[in-house]
Amino acid sequence: MVEKVLMKGNEAIGEAALRAGCRYYFAYPITPQSELPEFMARELPKRGGVFLQAESEIASVNMVYGAAACGARAMTSSSSPGFSLKQEGISYLAAAELPCLLVNVQRGGPGLGTILPGQADYFQATKGGGHGDYRLLVLAPDSVQEMYDFTLLGFALADQYRMPALLLADGALGQMMEAVKLEGEPKPAPDKPWAVAGRRGREKLNVVQTLALDRDELEAHNRALQDKYALVRRNEVRYEALQTEDADLVLVAYGISARVAKSAMAKARAKGLKVGVFRPITLFPFPEEALFALAKQTNAFLVAEMSCGQMLEDVERVTCCQKPVHFYGRTGGHLTNVEELLERIEQIMAGKAVR
Amino acid sequence: MEHEVMFAGFGGQGVLLAGRMLVYAGMLAGKEVSWMPSYGPEMRGGTASCSTVISDEPIGCPVVTKPSAMVVMNEPSLERFERTVRQGGVLIINSSLVKQKAARSDIRTYYVPMNDLAESCGDLHLANMVALGALVEATQAVPEAFLQQAITKHFAGKPEVAKKEWRAVALGGGCVAEARCAGRR
Repeated sequence: MVEKVLMKGNEAIGEAALRAGCRYYFAYPITPQSELPEFMARELPKRGGVFLQAESEIASVNMVYGAAACGARAMTSSSSPGFSLKQEGISYLAAAELPCLLVNVQRGGPGLGTILPGQADYFQATKGGGHGDYRLLVLAPDSVQEMYDFTLLGFALADQYRMPALLLADGALGQMMEAVKLEGEPKPAPDKPWAVAGRRGREKLNVVQTLALDRDELEAHNRALQDKYALVRRNEVRYEALQTEDADLVLVAYGISARVAKSAMAKARAKGLKVGVFRPITLFPFPEEALFALAKQTNAFLVAEMSCGQMLEDVERVTCCQKPVHFYGRTGGHLTNVEELLERIEQIMAGKAVR
Repeated sequence: MEHEVMFAGFGGQGVLLAGRMLVYAGMLAGKEVSWMPSYGPEMRGGTASCSTVISDEPIGCPVVTKPSAMVVMNEPSLERFERTVRQGGVLIINSSLVKQKAARSDIRTYYVPMNDLAESCGDLHLANMVALGALVEATQAVPEAFLQQAITKHFAGKPEVAKKEWRAVALGGGCVAEARCAGRR
């Protein structure tokens, strides 16, 4: 049996990355994710890897492009303002179909905002923060254990679909300590015959580039990318549904807010209120069909997130006005609050809520 | 049963480590645990606190806003956090540095001279372990045996240090135990 260890979320990501065979990590420090570069600076050289503190976020994401193009498992991480700076490079990574793991430990914005936790980068993460028609495979952990598990999963899925995966966490998950089991076999990296890693007797040179001046060529590339995203939508939807079968009201929340939603659900159930929780684990692909189906059986939804209503728009979109969708959100570094959420639940279920 | 414990003080007083040892012991005891630090942007100094939760159930929010027990190691922390303690909760005050008394009467308050007791163990830096000992004695949040195990594991390879840390824990616990007896007499 694997013994549990006490770890910060940021450190759990680092440990999982090393176990997944990531030996190239490029980053620029920013709170509240700095424990991750700290961990990698200490541990990577011991395991034969390279940690490079780049001169900027932009440089670090382009270093990932280089390492990934050579076929290596590579990672970069940042927090909201720093992650915004990486968007140009992320568009290039997606265009070049380069597998890698990106990590955004969100803090409150906009602008420089606060060093405290936030969840207001949902649009950026799921709708394409950079230019062009691209998607990232977005995983949203809600515990330190999942920070570890989803780092392993993120590398594997990135390689499988040849696309960047994004671990979308927040400052609370990054900084908090919980008991973690460091287990689960990381999927080894597959062969990458497309990588720029020597000619090896091939006739044609491997080239990794994103410039396509021929209209038909670029349109065909866009179609190929969309086909891939369609496959991801078909195969990789992940979510957690708790006590939704008989629920009159379903809370929809991801990440740290989902934990609070689960607490609120327990308190509401204790008062005899039939409340369930639906937690999207993949934010792209969004669990559209499951939520659409749930809208047929429940009476209302309440979206809880640390933003002014971002995932809310997806819940409204996929439930197609079948049932009312209410919203509760905090910003500024305030966490989703269990008492406030419970109060909102009681208002809605008493029919007193104003949407 | 759920314990929501906060430790607060100046940066450098070791409040983060005290909280870590508490949840480490909780984990060893088979409980659900979480630890969450809170500090300003400054590298050194400033104020620091940490939220810890030890529970039989999965933990929702790791940030404690209404602690069942609160340890304050300096005066600003008393001013800031006294009012947050739950009714019937526990407040432990570092009476070496805090000359004020608690204003509330609906909570159990213990005055523990943490710095003085730490110095009697030969090291002022042990004040956080005195605080931890007092907290565990006052709340029974974790069994003492697991706390000892946590400290031994954390300072593995430095058995001398672990011994000193444990001595400080025992002094803090003793202080609370005595105060409780005096209260009954």
